[in-house]
Amino acid sequence: MTVHRDDLGDKMGMWLFIFTELLLFGMLFVVYAVYRSMHPEAFKLGGDELDVVMGTINTIILLISSMTVAMSISAMQKGNKKLALTLLTITLIIAVVFLVNKYFEWGAKFEYGFNPGAPELLELGPGTILFFGLYFIMTGIHALHIIIGIALFIYVFWQIRKDKIHQTDYVWLENTGLYWHLVDLIWIFLFPLFYLIH
Amino acid sequence: MSEEKHHIVSYRTHAFVLLALLVLTGISVAITQLEMGPMNTLAAMIIAGIKAAIVLAWFMHLKFESRFFAFMVSAVVVVFLLVLLVTFFDYSYR
Amino acid sequence: MSEANNAHNVSYLEYKGQYKGLFAWIFSTDHKRIGLLYLYTMLLFFSVAAILGLLMKTQLIAPGYTIMGPQTYNSLFTLHGIIMIFIIVVPGLPAVFGNFFLPIMIGAKDVAFPKLNLLSWWFYIIGILIVLTSQFMGDGPPDTGWTFYAPYSFRTPTNVLPAVFGAFVMGFSSILTGINFVVTIHRMRAPGMTWFKMPLFPWTLYGTAWIQILATPVIGITLLLIIAERLMGIGIFDPALGGDPILYQHLFWIYSHPAVYIMILPGMGAISEIIPVFSRKTIFGYKAIVLSTMAIAFVGYFVWGHHMFTSGMSGRALYAFSFLTFLVAIPSAIKVFNWVSTMHRGSLHMQTPFYWAVSFIFVFMIGGLTGLVLGSLATNVHVHDTHFVVAHFHFIVFGGTGYAFMAALHYWFPKMFGRMYDMNWANLGWGIFFIGFNTLYLPMFYLGIMGMPRRYYDYLPDFHGGNIVSSLGAWVMVSGIVIIFANLIRSARHGEKTSDKNPWGGKTLEWQVDTPPTLENFEEIPTIVKGPYDYED
Ligand SMILES: [Cu+2]
Repeated sequence: MTVHRDDLGDKMGMWLFIFTELLLFGMLFVVYAVYRSMHPEAFKLGGDELDVVMGTINTIILLISSMTVAMSISAMQKGNKKLALTLLTITLIIAVVFLVNKYFEWGAKFEYGFNPGAPELLELGPGTILFFGLYFIMTGIHALHIIIGIALFIYVFWQIRKDKIHQTDYVWLENTGLYWHLVDLIWIFLFPLFYLIH
Repeated sequence: MSEEKHHIVSYRTHAFVLLALLVLTGISVAITQLEMGPMNTLAAMIIAGIKAAIVLAWFMHLKFESRFFAFMVSAVVVVFLLVLLVTFFDYSYR
Repeated sequence: MSEANNAHNVSYLEYKGQYKGLFAWIFSTDHKRIGLLYLYTMLLFFSVAAILGLLMKTQLIAPGYTIMGPQTYNSLFTLHGIIMIFIIVVPGLPAVFGNFFLPIMIGAKDVAFPKLNLLSWWFYIIGILIVLTSQFMGDGPPDTGWTFYAPYSFRTPTNVLPAVFGAFVMGFSSILTGINFVVTIHRMRAPGMTWFKMPLFPWTLYGTAWIQILATPVIGITLLLIIAERLMGIGIFDPALGGDPILYQHLFWIYSHPAVYIMILPGMGAISEIIPVFSRKTIFGYKAIVLSTMAIAFVGYFVWGHHMFTSGMSGRALYAFSFLTFLVAIPSAIKVFNWVSTMHRGSLHMQTPFYWAVSFIFVFMIGGLTGLVLGSLATNVHVHDTHFVVAHFHFIVFGGTGYAFMAALHYWFPKMFGRMYDMNWANLGWGIFFIGFNTLYLPMFYLGIMGMPRRYYDYLPDFHGGNIVSSLGAWVMVSGIVIIFANLIRSARHGEKTSDKNPWGGKTLEWQVDTPPTLENFEEIPTIVKGPYDYED
């Protein structure tokens, strides 16, 4: 069979997939909105328990990683393979750092007994239980997407090294970039909704 | 079938976009430390919306892609907001 | 590639790729073979679920214990629902006929992402296997119903986890098919095939694909939350921890109402193909059908609350959902007018696919009109959770999607297999099925209005008469199914061979390619100049 190539079609497929992700997280935001409207005070107190500094750092590095992956596409378009690889590596490192931060953040929450089912949490009442239930589910699924993103970066990195992705055929890099921006988009909303309630 | 003309976004533009995003992040952290009641959340959501639009337009190349892509994204956002609205027909009047 | 195996002159059934035997099918990325893979899987599981239904109807032939007790009955209707919804009607026509005919009807060699298409079938099979483990492992088969309502789905000791997870995995299959079809339709239409020269079946697949993309993730996350609830007690839907079980119902139906349109829209598309062909007339109101399809897809997204009128929602939400539900009935009715007007003064060819199509309109009308009874608040309160609802959705889901599926199967069968089925047996099977179907489900409307609740293995003696009729109807209907399936299976293997490209006199592209189609469908991609149903010249 003749190889049929359609970069625009491939990108369209990626966008459609991104829509499914937006609605998946979207429904969690609906749940969040419903329960926050029911328990505004408890959500405020829950938000106070989260580490704003840690959250801000993660926001900043995730934004930087979004830029580096976007730049790596520009580099690829200009045929600068080495720069594209360097920028991808930076993105990858940032993704790992994000997860490490998240690990410590979650660890602290577990220590205080805010994890689902912990007896300390159950004493704090329904609003707080729901807040932390949502916190763990939403940041957890977000972190899962970061892990998938890391796997994609490693694959794309490999393909660029083997010249399977090159200056005239780089839709895989573009789609991986789109996916990573999606992860960033979700975080842009997660951050104020959990860390900045005041 | 693949089109040859691709818009290459310069490194400078990317850097400016990042700068704008970081400034907006700073503003949203600062603003939520003020005591404004429910306006806090509204302000935070508006800033997040602007940040999302910037990411979509520049980092995700919507600005340079066929118009249909931007149309699809807006349609999905509208569907989501309508679902949220219709859900609150229930929860606002319980 | 040797000459004898050239992709242009070898039928897709005989083409020899790099794999042999069964592997040549389950690893094939050919959209036609994938369509058949879905078809075989569905026929197998449809038979299983139909037997489950028959057992339930046999239990209900008399009050009290007839052949099973309450727990068995509960797990039977759960499994019946899970199989029929997630394995049969949701993938349904898009997975079988969409895969097989969408590329051919728009003049393409395959779908946009053939590998993803195969992956989609594998997700489907893996999902099925996970669901099946729920029957044989753990603490007994799930007894929640296919809706997995909170909080029971995380309180019951039965094996809900694999059932929920299996349905979750099948969601990926649905999403991938949707993505594939949208990109295929946007990017791969033959030159000259503008949007409004596209046949109606692809149009309905397009609307369906958007729903698959935008609604399926909702059930995905909802099922994940049930899993989190069961494993970690996260509290989101647990009233004991502050969660709201009605919110579960919201999320569940935000998917599951649009899912009804995933089921029915492609069926409407297939009917819109068949009616003009057997009336030898251009479809009446092509654009009205297209627009009503897209309107249904859009408005259908916001009517989910009509499944929850007695759940304790706010009064305003009740009004809003009832109003929107009535709104979405309009485009469906428009389609019925279009089909009837197409037949009006046509030259009707009374053949099996046409029988199925006409009976589709009949049962779909009954299903649709009883849907309005359920959509209005005052009547809904009386018949909610009764057999009236069961009758209604069987008229829509089985009467709609099921009839359309059989119509499509009898319509496209000669093209798919290069063999013809026995028409007399096919007509006989249809007749017995149709009589059985109505005998089975019509009394349920009556029973529901009289107050017989659904999902109980037992009932008051007052309901005995209606149930006897209904249960006998079930046996008649299943006899019809046996005749239909036996005829089709025998014909697919030994039926009279045909290479007639166009046995019915259709005008769409699939009737201009070889029977059965070659591997790449077209030797040369055609250029389209005419509309899809040009009978007038
Ligand atoms: Cu519905």
